[in-house]
Amino acid sequence: MPAGPPVRPPIAMTERLPVTVYPLRLAAPLALFMALFFLAPLVVLAIVSLYTDPQMTQWGGTQWVKMFDRFGIGVLLDTLLLGLQVTLLCLVLGYALAWTYVRMPPRLQTVVIFVVMMPLLTSVVVRTFAWIVILGRQGIVNSVLMDLSLIDAPLRLLYTRTGLVVALANVQMPLMVLPLINALQRIDPNLSDASSVLGASDWRTFYRVTMPLSLPGVVAGCLLTFAAAITAFISQSLIGGGQMLFMPMYLYQQASALSNYPFAAAISVTFLIAVLLCVSAFNVLGRMSRGYAHS
Amino acid sequence: MARRLDISSRSFRVLIWTVSWLAILLLVAPTVVVLVVSFTNGYSLKFPPPGYSTRWYTALLDAWQLHFAAWNSLKVAFLTTVLSVVLGVAGALGIARSASATARVLDSLFMSPLVLPALAFGFAALMTFSMVGFQVSATTLVIGHTVVCVPYVIRTSIAALAQLDPSLLESSASLGASRLMTFRRITLPIIRPGVLAGGFIAFMSSFDNVPVSLFLRDARTDMLPIRMWQDLEGRLDVTIAAMSGVIIVLTLIMMLVMERAVGLSQRLRQ
Repeated sequence: MPAGPPVRPPIAMTERLPVTVYPLRLAAPLALFMALFFLAPLVVLAIVSLYTDPQMTQWGGTQWVKMFDRFGIGVLLDTLLLGLQVTLLCLVLGYALAWTYVRMPPRLQTVVIFVVMMPLLTSVVVRTFAWIVILGRQGIVNSVLMDLSLIDAPLRLLYTRTGLVVALANVQMPLMVLPLINALQRIDPNLSDASSVLGASDWRTFYRVTMPLSLPGVVAGCLLTFAAAITAFISQSLIGGGQMLFMPMYLYQQASALSNYPFAAAISVTFLIAVLLCVSAFNVLGRMSRGYAHS
Repeated sequence: MARRLDISSRSFRVLIWTVSWLAILLLVAPTVVVLVVSFTNGYSLKFPPPGYSTRWYTALLDAWQLHFAAWNSLKVAFLTTVLSVVLGVAGALGIARSASATARVLDSLFMSPLVLPALAFGFAALMTFSMVGFQVSATTLVIGHTVVCVPYVIRTSIAALAQLDPSLLESSASLGASRLMTFRRITLPIIRPGVLAGGFIAFMSSFDNVPVSLFLRDARTDMLPIRMWQDLEGRLDVTIAAMSGVIIVLTLIMMLVMERAVGLSQRLRQ
């Protein structure tokens, strides 16, 4: 049963707060900061999207009509699809890694957790650059395949969808693995032991015990990975190249190269709302999965 | 207890180990590849390199554009971290132990820059600043970076505050300590590792930020990741590999120091 918020003790209603509670007004400076520099810009964004011309003189909904034409919808759906592909690849690889991690000796765990954290803190540009080296015409994949005589000419791996999905999966993997490790560590090991003693195979134990209990971690990891993958501007532009257009680049081109602020604003608002909807969907799933895991 | 593994269980183990190693390979390969390629003696990013030398690290010493950009990035990251820690810790204290609806709403507000597209925010901030007549500068950069970096401080601080036993605060108060005294002598020492870990992540994330910097920097404030990104878009320069090598090694050293000092890996998982 999900625990409700703790009932506030009546003493908090009186003038003096109990010493264990800090006054809410300590959060006021940050709240003001975020209202001015985060919320206000988002409102400005929505307003600017309602101009019809780049000089911002006429009001109208033309930018929105343009955003939701065939091309715009295509870019939006393709961006979401990219996020889905990266999330699925991360989930498969990340789940296996987390499953193995919780069964490792502590010494090895320290090493593995460092390997997982490393990409999280290394510069995105550096990591993306690494994939240019790996996937390039003279890169490691092509040299190995040529050495093994599996191919005659170097394959084109950079600027392809597969290359982009794999590179993004590397960049976002920690966001998937860390919540999964947390979720798997919370599961009582006796449960899977009991399951196997009762004769269930490892597959069955995984499918009936481990997987359902780890669902909250799966949802949390998927949310973070998905949100990061669809907004990963640098990796998308460097590894996807000019052939593929996703929402962040679409926005950047309109805002920066073409200085079409109203249209860029319409793209931004659409993208923000799309991400918000996905996040809410994940949150609903998360709540359902927690109920499932605890029932 | 030894138990005979049937075929199906064995297949499960083999599969999950194989995929795990694939994941490890995927996580480690980029770092190793960049380090190896940065020591090439050739002019291309061929892997494996034709021979090894430190020539590109020597070339890095003369790359004044990169020095300039790196210095800017360090300055902005430092100021962003200070601002994020001051605002973030106060914010975390205000909402962490409160059950009010306002605190829940503020929590969502403070954490939302973490999932929303930073590029859209950077663009929105640029328009807002220009509307009110603010020139883009190092100041606007620090403000923009703080918006996207403060969630890290909030998250680790709230997690640290959750570990704080309320009875300690009560004892301190009953012994006559003022609120400020209790904060300085009890709360702060206990949450310090969490705050430091959050500050460290905020620093790294600001240093690495591209989407917000793209819109909020002026022509004089070249930032390192943007400089590197633009160099990579144009030509594949091996100096960038050496620069990446330096960043990787420095990151690794800082991670080790932070792991020793505050148990970084534990705090990242909360």
